[in-house]
Amino acid sequence: MTQNGKQTLSALVENKPGVLNRVVSMLRRRNFNVDSLTVGRTANPFVSRMTIVVDQTRGSGKRIASNLFKLVNVIDVKVISDELHVSRDLALIKVRSDDAESRNALTLICERFPARIIDIGPAVAIVEITAQEDIVEAMIKELEPIGIVEMVRTGVVAMGRGVRIMEADDYRPAVEAIKEDSGSYQVYGV
Amino acid sequence: MILSGSEIVMECLIREGVEVMFGYPGGAILPTYDAMTKYPQLRHILVRHEQGASHMADGYARATGKVGVAIATSGPGATNLVTGIATAMMDSSPIVCITGQVPRGAIGSDAFQECDITGITIPVTKHNYLVSDVRELPYIIKEAFHIARTGRPGPVLIDIPKDIQTEKIEFVYPEGEITLPGYNPPKHASEEQIADALELIKQAKKPVILAGHGITVSGASQELQELAERAGIPVTLTLLGKGAMPEGHPLTVGMMGMHGAAACNFAIQEADLLIALGMRFDDRVTGNLKTYSPNSKKIHVDIDPSEINKNVKVDVGIAGDVRTVLRQLLPSVPSKTHGEWIGKIRDWQEDGDERDILHADSQGKLLGAQVINDLWKFTGGDAITVSDVGQHQMLEAQYYPHKRPKSMLTSGGLGTMGFGFPAALGAKVGMPDEEVWAIVGDGGFQMTLCELATAKQENIKVNIAILNNAFLGMVRQWQEFFYEERYQATPMFNPDFVKLAEAYGIPAMRVTSREQIEESVEFARQHDGPVLIEYAIEKEEIVYPMVPAGADLHNMIRRPKPGEVQA
Ligand SMILES: Cc1ncc(C[n+]2csc(CCOP(=O)(O)OP(=O)(O)O)c2C)c(N)n1
Repeated sequence: MTQNGKQTLSALVENKPGVLNRVVSMLRRRNFNVDSLTVGRTANPFVSRMTIVVDQTRGSGKRIASNLFKLVNVIDVKVISDELHVSRDLALIKVRSDDAESRNALTLICERFPARIIDIGPAVAIVEITAQEDIVEAMIKELEPIGIVEMVRTGVVAMGRGVRIMEADDYRPAVEAIKEDSGSYQVYGV
Repeated sequence: MILSGSEIVMECLIREGVEVMFGYPGGAILPTYDAMTKYPQLRHILVRHEQGASHMADGYARATGKVGVAIATSGPGATNLVTGIATAMMDSSPIVCITGQVPRGAIGSDAFQECDITGITIPVTKHNYLVSDVRELPYIIKEAFHIARTGRPGPVLIDIPKDIQTEKIEFVYPEGEITLPGYNPPKHASEEQIADALELIKQAKKPVILAGHGITVSGASQELQELAERAGIPVTLTLLGKGAMPEGHPLTVGMMGMHGAAACNFAIQEADLLIALGMRFDDRVTGNLKTYSPNSKKIHVDIDPSEINKNVKVDVGIAGDVRTVLRQLLPSVPSKTHGEWIGKIRDWQEDGDERDILHADSQGKLLGAQVINDLWKFTGGDAITVSDVGQHQMLEAQYYPHKRPKSMLTSGGLGTMGFGFPAALGAKVGMPDEEVWAIVGDGGFQMTLCELATAKQENIKVNIAILNNAFLGMVRQWQEFFYEERYQATPMFNPDFVKLAEAYGIPAMRVTSREQIEESVEFARQHDGPVLIEYAIEKEEIVYPMVPAGADLHNMIRRPKPGEVQA
């Protein structure tokens, strides 16, 4: 299930300041090698979800998961690449488009990949591709001869297939209840 | 009840059962110091350097099993705590550190004495908090103590901006259980794991138990002894495992590792089963991992799942509380004796490196090993000893057998010089009825000797035994073995320790011969405050045996036999 020595982990974390810092600090301290790390919200405003792709030559997915799990703000961790899963990487690639040849080549490549041209001018065009990481890599290889000017990628997001495996639907920090009940918060003469 | 943030801190500390705080004031924590005047039941001990505060809190925690509390101001006060926090982290000691921070509005502006102490301590705390809202404070303090003392214990830091300390709100204490969704320390083993472990124990012919600090922390000494006796398994101890099983018990072989007993290291290398309980296969106990105990199956029980298979691959890895797991295991443990195996270990013990020197004629010299062993003898082996780091630490481990858990405190994981004396003060504050000895080297003592004033001011009865060899002894030993005796930066000019103590109003005595050791213990016992005794020991003593760093565990440098010429 692992591709080229890489493992993908999903982590549900508390949506609090500094949590990303804690995760990254642990990965650095333990000398794990991060390929990509993405973080975004979930359906629960108090919970964020991370997808971490690591090079497992410096520590198995299991070891990294158990270290992540030790962080108090990490609610759940799964080594998602050990299971059936889908993953996507999004790339914006700026390519040379200053002659007919380059424009034709670009169009042909985009037809064969889940990609499209989202901006084109006399000098350069921007291509967007959303696909599994290795497919993104393959397309980049094909674009190289045309001339890649710049590129940005989101990093991998991944999810296990079938019944939901990770959730923290009802998690809500206890202190939130008090904070929302603004009546109880009154500052008395500082 | 309308209370300020600082008063809320005090109320919460009292609810956590805190009796004493070790600290040092400063601008950003002043409101909290002011609140202390309203809570005289909370004893505050003024240290002389914040490093002392975190070590004292740590010593208190290790001796009592309760959470130790250290308190400091922002910036330099907070950074001075860090060595003690890292020390507590490495040895899984539960402390809570409270630091003042600049007011919220000033955070990020490089304000006077601003320092990102939560950022700095992320890697050396179990968890930390920067309080951003006074309403969070009671929750945070409750969580902090819970996190510090449960699971694999460790330090937790709470950074409180000054304006939160002064803000006043209606105080409502969060009663009830804490629920932290991401914090569920493991407890039990699965039935399958127990069955697998039992199978290995049944089959084993040459089993060895490796008992670590986790035994002490989880209170599993009795269960450990039961397992060893029932299944006839010899027990080896890590440095921090000392006291987990009584030394002197026929099944206790001794300490393992770099300066461990040769018999322990041989037994581990030749074993067909290792049962590792609450220990983490530190490089100081394994030596070269490639040749470590090559023919054994391995069972590893540790509360921290990330320790399983970290350094040593095991056959049965159980993430759980070692006491709980042993209780699950014990009812089905077979009755065995392993007479032949134990006989073999006894033979190795006969050829120990420790024994000879005690009876050797020291030719008028005072040897560190003899000082420690005599201290053991004249204190009846009942004292709480707190050692610093170096040769004297290893000599303590070798020549002061301990009978009970929490009676030997030392900085194992981080090896922090300067730990011993302040940690001993903390231990004595927590255990006022125990005889507490700080056993320190002349080097390490000078790192935190400013706490002599603390000991005097608070009249904390700790007996300080300085093993003065006028060298950074352990480093000198490495230079002798591995750097052709080039003693770069290890000879020490030292103050007159006796006069120094006297300057603090602390009675002191210098011991230069073995005959005076008994008298020195009596001298220490005569005074009801702190006492300092300097033992002027042989300068170039060597701690044997020694496994050079990274060498195979069985390849120890042994003490040359009498008459043998040292290579
Ligand atoms: C804070 C710190 N700095 C440096 C060291 C490295 N170190 C380990 S043992 C040692 C020598 C200790 O000398 P001393 O306190 O005199 O004790 P001895 O070994 O002579 O018993 C040193 C420098 C350390 N462990 N801790």
